Order: sequence, then C-alpha cells, then structure tokens
Amino acid sequence: MKSDLLDRLLADRDAKRAVVLVTDLDNGGGELHYPGEGGDGALAEAVAAAARADKSRIIEHEGRRLFLNVNNPPLRMVICGAVHIAQPLSRMATLAGYDVTVVDPRAAFASAERFPGLALSHEWPDEAMEALGPDARTAVVTLTHDPKLDDPALLVTLRSPAFYIGSLGSTRTHAKRKERLSAEGIDEANFARIHGPIGLDIGAKSPAEIAVSIMGEITETLRRKLD
Amino acid sequence: MDALKDDETVLEQAAAWKTEGKGVALATVVSTWGSSPRPVGSQLAITGEGNFIGSVSGGCIEGAVVHEARQVIDEGGTRMLTYGVTDEMAWEVGLACGGTVEVFVEPVE
Repeated sequence: MKSDLLDRLLADRDAKRAVVLVTDLDNGGGELHYPGEGGDGALAEAVAAAARADKSRIIEHEGRRLFLNVNNPPLRMVICGAVHIAQPLSRMATLAGYDVTVVDPRAAFASAERFPGLALSHEWPDEAMEALGPDARTAVVTLTHDPKLDDPALLVTLRSPAFYIGSLGSTRTHAKRKERLSAEGIDEANFARIHGPIGLDIGAKSPAEIAVSIMGEITETLRRKLD
Repeated sequence: MDALKDDETVLEQAAAWKTEGKGVALATVVSTWGSSPRPVGSQLAITGEGNFIGSVSGGCIEGAVVHEARQVIDEGGTRMLTYGVTDEMAWEVGLACGGTVEVFVEPVE
C-alpha cells in the first residue's frame, strides 16, 4: 500500500466517513471507494453491498481479484434517560465498540460523575435526537419511563433508519405508548420497530443484568437480523 | 484493550512506524474457510525489525506471517499466504476449532 493512500484512509476514518479500501490482489494496487457515492457500476454496487453488510470480502471484477476492506464508522448508541440502567449499559456498549451518547435534560442525572468519559446531552430529547441524527449504524434506547421524555425521542428516531430502537416499560406501558404515538401519526409497521418490553427475556433483575439483556438484543439485531 | 480497539490502532501504528522511517508491511486476512479465529479484514502491521501489532489468527500463525512480511519489506512485491489452522494449533491458542485463512502481505511504500 502506498503511504499516502494509508494517510488518506486514516483521515477518512478519523472523520468517521465510511470508506472501502479496494486492493488488487494480483499487483497490490489500492484505491479508496466511498459507498453510495457513484463510480463504476458493478464495482460501486459491490462496494456499497459490502459496506451495508459490514463485511470485507474478495470479489472478481473484470478478470481481477479484488479485496474490499470495509471501514465503517463506529456503531453508535444513543441512550435517552440517564437512569441507573444507563450506567452499566453505556459501559457495556463502549466495550462492544459503540460510540455512546447519553441524553437527559435533567443535568443531575446526566452528570460526568455518573457517566465518566461519556458524551452527554442535556437538550430536550427531540432536539438532541435531531442533532445526533441516528443512522443505519445507530441503536437508540429510551429508558426514562416518562412519556414526556421518551416520546419526543421516539418520534424523531422513528423517522430515522436507526437499526435498533428499544423502550423500557411493561407490556401495558408499551400498549399505552402505542396509543400515544399512533395519535402522533406513527403507523403500525413503524411502531413495530420498537422493541418493547426492551431486551431479551433472560429473567434479568438488576440494572446490570437488564443492560446485558438489552445489549444482547441489540447484538442479535445487528448480527443476525440485518444480514 | 479489546480486540476491536486493537484492530483500529493497527493502521495508525503502521503509519507512525513509516513516519519514523521504518520498513513496514501490512498483513490482512482476505478470506477464511471453516471456523477461523479472526474475521476477514483483520490486520497485522510489521516492521523490518520484526515488531508487530494486531492479529490475523489469535496467535497460531503470527510468527510465520512476520517472517514472510520481513522478506516483503526487504524484497518488495506482495504475497498471498495460505494457512490451515489445525485443530491442534487452534487448541493451543484456546480455540477448539479448525479452519483455513488466506493472508495478503504487502509493503507500505
């Protein structure tokens, strides 16, 4: 690989831009391709598909053997509600490679003491979500139990391609949530994107255990259901 | 440091070594068959002195890859290496599995 190509690749990764390094395995020649930004038909399509699946792979293209090395920006998680469960969940998500932001307008909850080293937002959840712009590599979790805070976050998130949306609350709470969001124009199919009650059913009791069940459900969605 | 973060620093280290004027090669897992310890895209950066960072197998083949990489640094060109990770080798690194990996080695020029 040429030094300047390596430098450009690192700059793209720093800028959190999705980039695919295409290497000709016969002569070592390399090029950077940007998924979804045009270019030669079949190759551009293969690049976009590899980036979507987050899977590096070898392809045959015009008689050449090319290796597509996918460099996607980090996964993101937005947690609405700086409650107790958010503490272990944010740490687990960080370990699993997510860039985590905790949103809670109650500054006493979303404090640096409770969430050391994490990005915190004290904006109202809808404004925070608008600013964060969840994409297809973002998981959004609402944990406040309070419709005043959770609903605005959900209304913005449901208009985004976030790959996972989960909301804390019992089946009954979730049914009431459905009525409220439906009155705001969220249709059945869109509402069904919300995992509620949140998390895998593993009998979790403590905040850390509930965080495990949420992290498990997010991982399952990412690795099994998006393929 | 977890595996994911380590992967993320391999190329940074390769660039830093290059800046220091060292000979550098990159080894990348480009395909796997069966169960293999590290996924496609995993990388190892190697210097001419034999220092390395990252992983392409979880430990079984790094030594052999480093050896090949040093030759690539000296002689130029690229190499495609194929390794069968035997059950026995895999067991030694704590993975009760077998598999085959194809590793592409190239100099950073």
